[in-house]
Amino acid sequence: MSEYHAPLADIRFVMQELAGLDQVVALPDYRDATPDVVDAILEEAAKFAGGVLAPLNRAGDTDGAKWQDTVVTTTPGFKEAYRQFVENGWNSVSCDPEFGGQGLPRLLATAVSEMWKAANHAFSLCPMLTQGAIEALTIAGNEQQKAAFLPKLISGEWTGTMNLTEPSAGSDLAAVRSRAEPVGDGTYRVFGQKIFITYGEHDMADNIVHLVLARTPNAPEGVKGISLFVVPKFRLQADGAPGERNDVYCVSIEHKLGIHGSPTAVLAFGDHGGAIGTLVGEENRGLEYMFIMMNSARFNVGLEGLGDAERAYQRAAAYAKERIQGTELGVRGGPKVPIIKHPDVRRMLLSMRSRIEAMRALAYNVAAAQDNARHNPDQQARQEAQAFADLMIPVVKGWSTESAIDIASVGIQVHGGMGFIEETGAAQHLRDARITAIYEGTTAIQANDLIGRKIAREKGVTIKAVIDRMLVDAARLDGDLESIGIRQMAAIAALDRAVDWLVANFAADPKAAHAGAVPFLFLLGITAGGWQLGRAAVIARAKIAAGDKDPFWPAKLATTRFFAAHSLTQAPGLAEAILSGGDGALAMADDSF
Amino acid sequence: MKILVPVKRVIDYNVKARVKADGSGVDLANVKMSMNPFDEISVEEAVRLKEAGIATEVVAVSCGVAACQETLRTAMAIGADRGILVETDADLQPLAVAKLLKALCDKEQPQLVICGKQAIDDDANQTGQMLAALQNWPQATFASKLAIADGKATVTREIDGGLETLVISLPAVVTTDLRMNEPRYATLPNIMKAKKKPLDTVKPADLGVDVTPRLTTLKVVEPPKRSAGVKVADVAELVNKLKNEAKVI
Repeated sequence: MSEYHAPLADIRFVMQELAGLDQVVALPDYRDATPDVVDAILEEAAKFAGGVLAPLNRAGDTDGAKWQDTVVTTTPGFKEAYRQFVENGWNSVSCDPEFGGQGLPRLLATAVSEMWKAANHAFSLCPMLTQGAIEALTIAGNEQQKAAFLPKLISGEWTGTMNLTEPSAGSDLAAVRSRAEPVGDGTYRVFGQKIFITYGEHDMADNIVHLVLARTPNAPEGVKGISLFVVPKFRLQADGAPGERNDVYCVSIEHKLGIHGSPTAVLAFGDHGGAIGTLVGEENRGLEYMFIMMNSARFNVGLEGLGDAERAYQRAAAYAKERIQGTELGVRGGPKVPIIKHPDVRRMLLSMRSRIEAMRALAYNVAAAQDNARHNPDQQARQEAQAFADLMIPVVKGWSTESAIDIASVGIQVHGGMGFIEETGAAQHLRDARITAIYEGTTAIQANDLIGRKIAREKGVTIKAVIDRMLVDAARLDGDLESIGIRQMAAIAALDRAVDWLVANFAADPKAAHAGAVPFLFLLGITAGGWQLGRAAVIARAKIAAGDKDPFWPAKLATTRFFAAHSLTQAPGLAEAILSGGDGALAMADDSF
Repeated sequence: MKILVPVKRVIDYNVKARVKADGSGVDLANVKMSMNPFDEISVEEAVRLKEAGIATEVVAVSCGVAACQETLRTAMAIGADRGILVETDADLQPLAVAKLLKALCDKEQPQLVICGKQAIDDDANQTGQMLAALQNWPQATFASKLAIADGKATVTREIDGGLETLVISLPAVVTTDLRMNEPRYATLPNIMKAKKKPLDTVKPADLGVDVTPRLTTLKVVEPPKRSAGVKVADVAELVNKLKNEAKVI
């Protein structure tokens, strides 16, 4: 029952038909990624996810990481699985070939990554954080730092961490107090305490490369005075091998609601004279580098939501086909049937499945945009792709993770009483998914970024262009797809209304705009997800008309119809909430709460 | 030493096979296909022999439709050096495949052919034996262990009574059983490299082999549904039923 089968049919369909795989692999630098290679990679990743990572998921939950005297021991089996993961080259899918990566498209890496996350969320965080460190060093590291760290991080022999949060600096990073003092030889001594450091200490790799935000002496107050440092757990010897232990120690790990297999460390830097590190990029620009990197981290957390949701769905669907309870409605004296025959169980399963398919389609489109933003030879195409990705990343993050929490909760509901019992395994997905709406920026942080930086600042130029694309595609939902088309059009109109209101009111009434930020993020998520499913439905209709008998196509039409009836119909209501300008939320006196 | 490994593209072991409505065969439309699991074990064993310095080249062969190329790429991702596709849309039966393999053995001159003991689609369990007979080579079937030294293969076979060890002279045919090894997961770099390995395509006619089916399938039906059991009052009744109704003792 804890099996995970990667949904390769939908993954292939979304890559090929909705995200433009052919166009992506034709980009310069991606010529090795021919369709048959892409297919072989998906197959093998699915095997590895199902055969190696998924069986460890439950152990990660029940027998999580342990801390003793600054040493962290991971769940039995994690270390071996990590070694195999690294030896098989999975750590380097989309990394730079110059430093040993495979240089494959982000779109493909996204599909593969979804499988790791669905198979074992807690495990997948380790390579994800390494990926973040790789990106930070690629963006801002000097040649020496790149040569010293990138090959080992890309191969996965060493892992990476992101040290941002401090006890008094969470969402507000301006409050970072850790400090870095120049030694005089180009290195710095780093002092301070960092919390919530994912895989900040573990036993799976030979070295851990910490990227740390800290202030240099006399740095300006606030966000403009934060610099980025690279501080390895073991300082590097002249030959580059790990040497002397650096002054950074794990003083405890957190007891959490979920992702127990992932050690969340409290790290003490410099309690014994200072942790030696080097400056990454220029002084006082640390936050800026972090934000470039954070886009990809946020996107990845969105994929975690997708992964948790998929796993919850697979478990619930399997249970619903197996659990016999009651007779079928309208069949008098009939036999006892599996609960999948009951209308509300079907409603629950489809509410899970249709949203998952919408989330996947949107996320993979954003991945393809990231590929185009980097590699499209045409400058305008690059800019448009970047703008689309920037706009949608907070949506992939915020909407997919909040949806995943609900989907995992519905997954428990499908199980009835057994869902509340831990042995069933359904509860783990809810507990694991719960963090995704919090870390790498809470949903509110995503929503604020969306309405502020991504929409109001540019007066809605990008989103209006996206709305135009949505309208073109929605117009194809005619004939027998008209009921979908009508709801899609209504959702787009609601979105358009909300965008106009935000652009008009953001500066004049920022509090009202921000009170509607999260509803707006959901509105955009639902409408964009419906947009992609609508495109899928048009393709499915054409395939069926051409005589294709694959049951995938009628299923796609069913999920799209369900999404239109149950999700797209929420869009006008969300627009109402936004346009109400924060009525209620802002009106009530603090003391009345 | 060169090793030839035949690999067959079959319905995936996870897929529940369904019979076509007209009873003419198993429905393969929109069904996931992959390498026969026994053949995967054969490829793994051959690659291990190469890694141990015993084999010098591993050649994977597949007979069938153009899509068998994927199966060959899978074999090359595990570590086979090159692939040969004998391309045909014909319905291939074990004797035809054995003849095709014989023709390739004559051409390639391998010292060892490692086949899966059977394919999970038709479960015929014939091709390896037929090939050995056609070549007049020794054979060791259902192997769970294989060691090569001094021009001989020492093969541990799984038989009904336990294990049997044979020593056979090379060249020879060995067919693999499930417990011989556990096939590896292909690595990402090897999947990429597999694409660049040579893959030759030949037709049965090029090899001078007539692949016309010798057997005719009359009808394919699903196995009968299991009917409900009965409770017996005592051992005497059980023995009586086994003797007189089931006629198994």
